[in-house]
Amino acid sequence: MKIFSFGALLFVLWILLSGKFSLLLLSLGGGSVVLTLIIAKRMNVIDHESYPVHLYAKFPAFFIYIMVEIIKSNFVMIKRILKLGKIDISPQLVNIPVSQKTDLGRVIYANSITLTPGTVSIELDPDWVTVHALTKEGADDLLEGSMARKIPDQGVEK
Amino acid sequence: MIIDILSGLLLACGGLLGVIGGIGIHRFPDFYSRLHAVGTTDTLCAILIILGLILQTGLTLDAFKLLLILFFLFFTSPVASHALANAAMHGGLKPWLSNAEIKK
Repeated sequence: MKIFSFGALLFVLWILLSGKFSLLLLSLGGGSVVLTLIIAKRMNVIDHESYPVHLYAKFPAFFIYIMVEIIKSNFVMIKRILKLGKIDISPQLVNIPVSQKTDLGRVIYANSITLTPGTVSIELDPDWVTVHALTKEGADDLLEGSMARKIPDQGVEK
Repeated sequence: MIIDILSGLLLACGGLLGVIGGIGIHRFPDFYSRLHAVGTTDTLCAILIILGLILQTGLTLDAFKLLLILFFLFFTSPVASHALANAAMHGGLKPWLSNAEIKK
C-alpha cells in the first residue's frame, strides 16, 4: 500500500517539475517512477523512516515552531556578531539528554538543534546529544528542553 | 509595484544576513564558533532570498521549485554542519570553551 502512495507522490512531483503534459513526457515520467519503485522495493528502503506517513499531520505545526525559533535565534546571533568591541560569546560543550524514543525523532531533534543558529549538535548517541553552544543562554534553553517536547516522535520503537 | 518593493526588501535583507554571517566568520575566535556564524547565513538568509524570489515569480511552477529548494535545504544544511563539527571533533580539534569540562 505504501509503495502505491509513494509512486503517486513521485509522479505528482514529476508533473510539477516538468510542467508539460505531452504523452512522451508523461510516459517517460511514468517509466522512471516504476523503475524507481522497483529499485526502492528491492533495496527495501520504503519504510517508516524514509517515508514517515504517520508523522505528516504533526509536521506543519512543528515547521512553524522551528521557523519562529530560527528567526529568534538569528537575531541573537546578529547582535553578537555586530557588537563592537570584545566579542561577547561563551562557548559551551554540553550533553543534552535525548528523550525521543524513535531513531527518526532523535535525528529530527539533532537536526533542529543544528538548524537554530547558536547551537550545533556534534555527536548523537542513543541517550544524549553533545551540543556546542555559542552562549550559555543557548545551552540553558536546550537543557530546559522546550524544543525536545515539540519534536514529532511516533511509531516503531527501537 | 508593492510586490516588487516587498521582494526587493526580502532579497536585500537576505543578502545583508549573508554579509553579516561573513563578518561573523572573521570575528569569531575558533572553528566551532565560526560554524555558528555560518549558521545565520544558511538558514534565515536562504529563507529570505527564496521568499523574495517566490514573490517575483508569483503563483507558478517556478515558485514550487523554489519551495522545493528551501525544503531540501532544511534537511541538508544541518546535516552538513553536523558532519563538519563531528569530523573536527573526531579529528582532535579542541573547541575553545568557557566552561572547562563537559557537564552531564
